[in-house]
Amino acid sequence: MSIAPPRFESVEIPEAATRSEDYLWTLNFGPQHPATHTTLRLVLKLEGERVVDALPEMGYLHSGFEKIGEHLTYNQYVTVTDRMNYISPMANNVAWHHAVETLLGIELTPRCKVIRTIIAELARISDHLLCNGAVGLDTGAFTFFLYAFYQREVIYDIFETLCGARFTNSYTRVGGLSQDMTPLVIEKIRSFVKTFPKTIDDMERLLTRNRIFVDRTKGVGVLSTEEAISRGATGPVARASGVTRDLRRDEPYLAYADYDFQICCASAGDCYARYLVRMQEMRESLKIVAQALENIPEGPINVGIDQRTALPTKQQVYSTIEGTISHFELSMSNRGFEVPCEESYAAIEAPNGELGFYLAGDGNETAYRARCRPPSVLHYALFPHLIRGHTLSDVVAVLGSLNIIAAELDR
Amino acid sequence: MPSTPPSVDDVLAALAEQFGDLPSSVFRGQTRVVVPESASHEVLSFLKERGFDLLVDISCVDYLDYRESPMEMAACAGHRYGLVYLLASTATNQRLTIRVFVDDPEPTVRSVVSLWKAANWLEREVWDLFGIRFAGHPDLRRLVMPEEFTAHPLRKDYPLQGRGERHNFPVITRHES
Repeated sequence: MSIAPPRFESVEIPEAATRSEDYLWTLNFGPQHPATHTTLRLVLKLEGERVVDALPEMGYLHSGFEKIGEHLTYNQYVTVTDRMNYISPMANNVAWHHAVETLLGIELTPRCKVIRTIIAELARISDHLLCNGAVGLDTGAFTFFLYAFYQREVIYDIFETLCGARFTNSYTRVGGLSQDMTPLVIEKIRSFVKTFPKTIDDMERLLTRNRIFVDRTKGVGVLSTEEAISRGATGPVARASGVTRDLRRDEPYLAYADYDFQICCASAGDCYARYLVRMQEMRESLKIVAQALENIPEGPINVGIDQRTALPTKQQVYSTIEGTISHFELSMSNRGFEVPCEESYAAIEAPNGELGFYLAGDGNETAYRARCRPPSVLHYALFPHLIRGHTLSDVVAVLGSLNIIAAELDR
Repeated sequence: MPSTPPSVDDVLAALAEQFGDLPSSVFRGQTRVVVPESASHEVLSFLKERGFDLLVDISCVDYLDYRESPMEMAACAGHRYGLVYLLASTATNQRLTIRVFVDDPEPTVRSVVSLWKAANWLEREVWDLFGIRFAGHPDLRRLVMPEEFTAHPLRKDYPLQGRGERHNFPVITRHES
């Protein structure tokens, strides 16, 4: 079997028999390694313990999601988006249907907007909990990880009560949601909002001023503002490097314009700054959830019969002719809803960064092209830049702080 | 529906001054400009200087069996591949979409890695999945598919279930590895 030899950008390989590179040690890190958390591979060139260069490899989890997107309907594909960033599937659901609704030109109902905002923020909290928890775990703070994971369970419970699925939620639909929020869910979220700040306080007390953790993350993997922009970093990674860009504020979608929250930024650009930004963002997300939860508008969750995208209620189906027609047309395989022969891009501020979908519609009920703009790909490409000159033990700290999810990376 | 981003008319006017009239259109508040392949690098470099400092994404659409020609402009009808450059400005939050159309048999555009480092992997992915070459790319290898793979699977003439490449993948036994 012939595998193409890896090429390193920075190392010139002369034709001579002895090269200085020969004294470097090559280490394969992954694709199966506990600290990569998912299947990704790094080829590291080491001089002693120092990383001279790194060559990230991806594709071990490639499942052709974009090709599948051309063969599933706009409603079916939401199940695939669950499997992209499976740490925060709700955010992916929201992103996908946000893009579809932009293409179709649908204005959501106020209640749907607020509910989507709440679940997207809960997804952000659960994503940041896992990311920061894993950074703690990789740098030796196991207890911290358990604190984070316990709270993730609480959020899973909320999602289970909300839509019946803990992990792969598939909660949104074109023009609405699969289920309405019940009083029980609201009660659970309310108690989460009450109890969670204490956990964040505990977590910060455990790690934020912990000497070992600070020594291992401060000054490691520094990303400057210019590099962050040039290399296309978004989300917490960019904000930790001083890029004040957050789509929730810059292009307010859903109901974000109505809430009071801060954009968390740092200027250091190292692993520690990324940790701090994520910690603070959880508090801000909680603020948004608390504001939204007490002001959920009454009314339907799905758009009306006129838009003809979301299924009408049973009452409408049985008592009005429009409801009946709409129900049948949406259920028939050769009807579905009208999609313009146009292309559009829409993105949301996912926990990991800008998660967008570029959709090309051709009038069919399946997308002609469903391009996903995954933040993980651009963040993974940052890795060699961040790790050069650091030690092998810093690999996991940098990798953890970028929060690369292989399923989203490879799609 | 998202709110409409601020207008990019002044940038378009500057573009027209520099490069002549480029067909553009607006859909859902998003401005798209079609740029000929020969001028793509110059236009993108010009836009970068005008404040579009963030390259959000590079992707591609294969129009092989598109029911209608790419709507935006009749002039581009009949092209097979439409590259999409999504640009954004971190200062003003404006967005701009640049479309570049290329064709078989040797679809090639100039690489923009020299402008944005983010383009490196994005262009590799487009090369991998669509087979569009990026002239001047420093390291144009496949990104997600294995090196031995011969096809470009997101092209429309590639079937969903594949062509059996998988069965030809080399198997490494334990004592060979």
